Amino acid sequence: MSKNIIDVRDLSKSFDITSKEPGLKGTIKHFFRRQSKSLKVIKNVSFKIKEGEIVGFLGANGAGKTTILKMLCGLIYPSEGSILVSGHLPYRRKENFLKKITLIMGQKQQLIWDLPPIESFYLNASIYDLDKKEAKRRIQKLSEMLEIDSELFIPVRKLSLGQRMKSELLAALIHEPNILFLDEPTLGLDINAQRNLRKFLQKYNKETNATICLTSHYMKDITSLCKRVICVHEGSISYDGKLDLLLKKLAPVKEILIVCRSEEDAIQLENSGFTVKNKTRNEITIIVENNSITSSLKSILNNFEIEDLYINEPPIDEIIGKILIKKDYGI
Amino acid sequence: MKLRKYFNVYTKFLHTSLASELEYKTNILIDLITAILSLVGSIFLLSIFFQNNSSIGGWKFEQALIIQGIYTILNGITNTWFNPNLTEIVKHIREGTLDFVLLKPIDSQFFISLKKITPSGFLEITLGICLLLYCIKINQININFSFLTLSLITIICSICILYSLWFFISTTTIWFVKTWNATEVLRSFLYIGRFPLNSFSFSLRIFFSVFIPIAFITTIPSEVFLGLSQFWKILLEVTVTIIFIFSSRKFWLYALKFYSSASS
Repeated sequence: MSKNIIDVRDLSKSFDITSKEPGLKGTIKHFFRRQSKSLKVIKNVSFKIKEGEIVGFLGANGAGKTTILKMLCGLIYPSEGSILVSGHLPYRRKENFLKKITLIMGQKQQLIWDLPPIESFYLNASIYDLDKKEAKRRIQKLSEMLEIDSELFIPVRKLSLGQRMKSELLAALIHEPNILFLDEPTLGLDINAQRNLRKFLQKYNKETNATICLTSHYMKDITSLCKRVICVHEGSISYDGKLDLLLKKLAPVKEILIVCRSEEDAIQLENSGFTVKNKTRNEITIIVENNSITSSLKSILNNFEIEDLYINEPPIDEIIGKILIKKDYGI
Repeated sequence: MKLRKYFNVYTKFLHTSLASELEYKTNILIDLITAILSLVGSIFLLSIFFQNNSSIGGWKFEQALIIQGIYTILNGITNTWFNPNLTEIVKHIREGTLDFVLLKPIDSQFFISLKKITPSGFLEITLGICLLLYCIKINQININFSFLTLSLITIICSICILYSLWFFISTTTIWFVKTWNATEVLRSFLYIGRFPLNSFSFSLRIFFSVFIPIAFITTIPSEVFLGLSQFWKILLEVTVTIIFIFSSRKFWLYALKFYSSASS
């Protein structure tokens, strides 16, 4: 049984936000007298994460995912509540704690722009107090896992976004952290680069038993990496549990595409009481509840002349879209 | 152990920033030419001031050159270390890349103050030292142990005061986000430091000594060079330096509590 490595209780965070009316008058007013109000962006959030778990944080833009992540790694002071990460209070940013964690942000980079990434790796190695031999060993190991080799010696500014992201990962993992905070790591990457990155994260998690907390708007990242998700809605947790369960609950139906032998058969099927999504000539798509799939298929096969049929899950993006706007999933 | 680590990291800083700068050869060449022209221009300006007056504020041209020498060294240090690093703090805070610095097991002030260097500033430092050596010759200054020690102490104090002032202003970015102008004002005040403090009116002298301690930055080391400085002034400069270094450090640590990181 793995132990809890992250323990968050009643965590809240408030920010002072200024607002400005439009136009010149509003600008002048804003310059002399700023209207600011305290906004609670995280509201009494509690959760625990076990060692080795990969947890995805889901939520719309501005829901509070990144703020939670930044409080977990100690960048932002919490306003209320408590956080314990690997036995440390993150906001104290003690050396022992910082050596255990890493933060990777898809839209920000730490590599030195004009130099090859290898220079940044050795700089990071000296910051983490690694000797040259050990640093070399780790760079070699990680570059093999990430499948980057010759790119290590090309100036960062000349690398593609995918190669740069891989190098960012290597720079962030050189100290072999056991907790990874990833904020949109696949942002802007092409399909292949995204897949490679996911493959690497899975492998890293398997080999090192590292805990990974991830936010992403690419649903493939979440579905292929995370068994557990925490949904954040307007600063509160609206769901914390298995992704499968959530998907089943939010998508209680399947789509069946039926190719009939003739257009007449399709018309007959359309009028037989099924919920029809769309129909084109001899093809008809019906929506059937998960628990009546077998009986529906039996009835169709017995009563209609059909050429082919396909059972489809609703598109994952559609389901996740519901998560972003819904607060209560009825689970 | 810790000291060794910081030494190793600083060696890497030097190496990476030198390598980064050397990527752009023309830029370095332009910087070097600018440094030479700037010194020539400053001496020319100073000579114009002294054309009709044998002394300004009790300082002769040869003596005022010492201030110019110290100013050139300080400006070189500013261009080598302060300018590339401390102006970057504003960028770090605005763009949220300070996150990377704060999550490293190293002192954040050390990291952001020393990560980069601009090598062309070394030429200015060298020119300043050459000018000072020339001044020692023309002013017939007797070099001995106490002279060297006091000169070194006062120049180090000047560097520390200038750094603390700049760092203090840059730190306020955590609240105000954009403070480019404030650091520019500080640089302009440093230009004032090229002239002897006595050449200003009484009220300006008070202003430059109490509020913005430019007086400590160039005039006191110059007085030490000429053997004019009283002991209490040197002691005052050391005290001011300790207060500035200590309070700018405390201020940075305090400000970090308010760092909210940039939105993603």
